[in-house]
Amino acid sequence: MARISGVDLPKNKIGFIGLSYLYGIGRFNAVTILKSAGVDLNKKVGDWSDDDLTHIRKIITEEFKVEGELRSEEQMNIKRLMDIGCYRGLRHRKGLPVRGQTTKNNARTRKGKRKTVANKKKVTK
Amino acid sequence: MPRSLKKGPFVDVKLFKKITKMNEIKKKNVIKTWSRRSLITPDFVGHTFAVYNGNKFIPVYVTENMVGHKLGEFSPTRIFKGHSGNR
Repeated sequence: MARISGVDLPKNKIGFIGLSYLYGIGRFNAVTILKSAGVDLNKKVGDWSDDDLTHIRKIITEEFKVEGELRSEEQMNIKRLMDIGCYRGLRHRKGLPVRGQTTKNNARTRKGKRKTVANKKKVTK
Repeated sequence: MPRSLKKGPFVDVKLFKKITKMNEIKKKNVIKTWSRRSLITPDFVGHTFAVYNGNKFIPVYVTENMVGHKLGEFSPTRIFKGHSGNR
């Protein structure tokens, strides 16, 4: 079982795809890691030897920020923005898009599920 | 795309002069400014700026964390008081 920084990698996947299951490592980084560890890219995760694993682990711990560490760093960055009270921080606080997107429609990723406001009754004369 | 490093940070000349003057005499008055586009440099730390938002001057006390942001980021130009239905 290949277990790297607290995550079980899927056994039956090809090496660089399997590595990209780690948070903070995409395909590009996965390929560079495997290359510098001297592991064949197309070797399945289950077929990695212990030697390969230690190489990969070493590279990841030395050169990459993954999983919890990365997540907490992101949170810290956001918190910094919120604390200094700049525009981006305010947008984070309100849960609205930060980078100037329109919010008239859409923006659902940031705003979450639609909250329908009950229709106001029209005044009949 | 970020600004070219070659040019260095952008600060309005007017504002920069004011800051250097203040730093020389070690005084910390509130500086009224319209220059929202100026980048906050380390010289600014500890000063208070009154940054114009198109309506009034918003006081901004500059701390170390703010270096690298623009003055305008701390003086919001829009007010949103909520929709009529949410009252």
